Amino acid sequence: MSEPLLKVTDVETYYGKIIALRGVDIEVHPGEIVTLIGANGAGKSTLMMTICGTPRARSGQILFDGMDITKMPTHEIMRSSIAQSPEGRRIFGRMSVLENLQMGASIADPEHFDANLERVYDLFPVLKERHAQRGGTLSGGEQQMLAIGRALMGEPKLLLLDEPSLGIAPILVRQIFDAIRELNEQQGLTVFLVEQNAFHALRLAHRGYVMVNGKITMTGTGDELLGNEEVRAAYLEGG
Amino acid sequence: MSSMKTSNDSLLKAALKDAFFSALLTLVLTSLILGVKIVDINTGLKLEPRFWLAGLAVALVFVGRFALHMFWWSRKPRQTAEKKPARSLFPKIPNFGKYAAPVLVFAAIALPFMPFSDRYIIDLFILILTYVMLGWGLNIVVGYAGLLDLGYVAFYAVGAYSFALLATYFDLTFWECLPLAGLLAATWGVILGFPVLRLRGDYLAIVTLAFGEIIRIVLLNWYSFTGGPDGISGIPRPSFFGLEFKRFGEGTFAQFFGLEFSSIHRIIFLYYVILTLALITAAVTIRLRNLPIGRAWEALREDQIACSSLGINTTTTKLTAFAMGAMFGGFAGSFFAARQGFISPESFTFIESAIILAIVVLGGMGSQIGIVIASVALIGGFEVFREFEQYRMLIFGGAMVVIMVWRPRGLITTRHPSVRLHPPDGPKAATARETAS
Repeated sequence: MSEPLLKVTDVETYYGKIIALRGVDIEVHPGEIVTLIGANGAGKSTLMMTICGTPRARSGQILFDGMDITKMPTHEIMRSSIAQSPEGRRIFGRMSVLENLQMGASIADPEHFDANLERVYDLFPVLKERHAQRGGTLSGGEQQMLAIGRALMGEPKLLLLDEPSLGIAPILVRQIFDAIRELNEQQGLTVFLVEQNAFHALRLAHRGYVMVNGKITMTGTGDELLGNEEVRAAYLEGG
Repeated sequence: MSSMKTSNDSLLKAALKDAFFSALLTLVLTSLILGVKIVDINTGLKLEPRFWLAGLAVALVFVGRFALHMFWWSRKPRQTAEKKPARSLFPKIPNFGKYAAPVLVFAAIALPFMPFSDRYIIDLFILILTYVMLGWGLNIVVGYAGLLDLGYVAFYAVGAYSFALLATYFDLTFWECLPLAGLLAATWGVILGFPVLRLRGDYLAIVTLAFGEIIRIVLLNWYSFTGGPDGISGIPRPSFFGLEFKRFGEGTFAQFFGLEFSSIHRIIFLYYVILTLALITAAVTIRLRNLPIGRAWEALREDQIACSSLGINTTTTKLTAFAMGAMFGGFAGSFFAARQGFISPESFTFIESAIILAIVVLGGMGSQIGIVIASVALIGGFEVFREFEQYRMLIFGGAMVVIMVWRPRGLITTRHPSVRLHPPDGPKAATARETAS
């Protein structure tokens, strides 16, 4: 297999004295959609934030595109072609949709602005309709689209998505997941997806990891994990 | 009919009850404050009863509360269609700012030549413009970057003392000191910025408040350098391209232009200096707002985590906001020193910070025009109520409460996006592309 685009090796992260990640290993290869599922508080978001540099990993190594980003400041990590749609969306509520997208473009080549904007509008036409509206007045699903669109404006090689389905109407979840698949299939974008919605995430992803208590307990292709008894019992049925 | 009567009865009952308890509360509050007065007599202090005054207050509250219940609060709510709240102070005029700004600038330029403009009026407007400029400067920090700064007066003081000290110790003129004062104030802005990088909200406010006090107390106690409470006097007046505003001597302003000497020349000149400085502040702020750094400030106000996840360096963004705001504060401070000719730490107390912050908040955070309106209202209001010196803060506080109830987000709350998809004068998103770098 090719060199991984993102390689997390034996990463440990602490919140003060409390350990949150206990030696996590993850690989994401170019062109893949990889998902990380797990229960509340398992450390999924912590891993995503650790990749972004806040909090910092206490030990272990994070390589992106062959470059060691473990100790880089957050804004520099984000400038190296990783984009993130953070948990809870975190769009700029008082700024217009277009301004939000423009904020995402601040790390990309300004020459590509129009093309990137067009790409985002094609993916989520509703953003074009609402470009002058304030971000805070969008619905939850539209805000999530905006958060993803904003991340895409930075022309990332790797897109980190933290719980894009959180608190969103099922029909919009579908739309968003379809958009992620489209991005991956047509533009070859590599996606690392953290989700509690295990069923949708595993169906979408090529590969998945299961995290319990800050540790990776299982890994396999999306279909393998979907068929796995333990996964079904813990995350898919009745959960 | 009978139901009407019972509803009226219950209204009457409720109104009486509320009025009674309000009156009771007033009695508790006023019994000592208004009811007795401390008078100096030869042997010491004596309490002089004034129960009629407390009684009057209680009666007023009772009648007022009752009347409000009966006639004001019991009115039927209006139709919802009518009730639709206006978004801004001037909702009928689209692009109010676009038209108001040139009109205001023109009016400001013409002001000294108006028939009603005497020395008092121009002096008052110099003061107002100083606060407009301070408001615009603080607006960068508070309105745009969302960093609550309660010690802004520190930079005003740094600017003023920079000029005063440079002029006294090194014989530099106003125009030489102005950029230096701005630079020094900006440096102090960064010095304040560093320790508070990780703070937000209340904690930030407390530290900035302390910072303002530290600067003032240092100025007060460093007697050998700053003159302490005696202040610095004999600060040189600014000259008009080297022409001084003096009655006698060579190369004076009046002589050069063949005018009869008049002290008003200097006042008018100062007026135009502060007007220019204020307009520069406005121009720079408006321009910055449309540049990436300005948008980064606004984004920082909205969400710091999202900012860093978009590759924005929040450290430099915050520090530039502090530095820019402080710089304009420093310019204003230099001007203040040049105008007064005398400065002392007394001019840079916390109340100044509070007034400037009040101007920004009342104007509607982030609104340039709002700050002008708030400055005119507040500083002009202080002048109008000068006769009632004692009650000034009372009126000030009351007005503040009223505005915050009536318009909780400030006078002008509309925020114009810094970028549109179809700019009228160019192809799609041209502005966006131009400023996206």
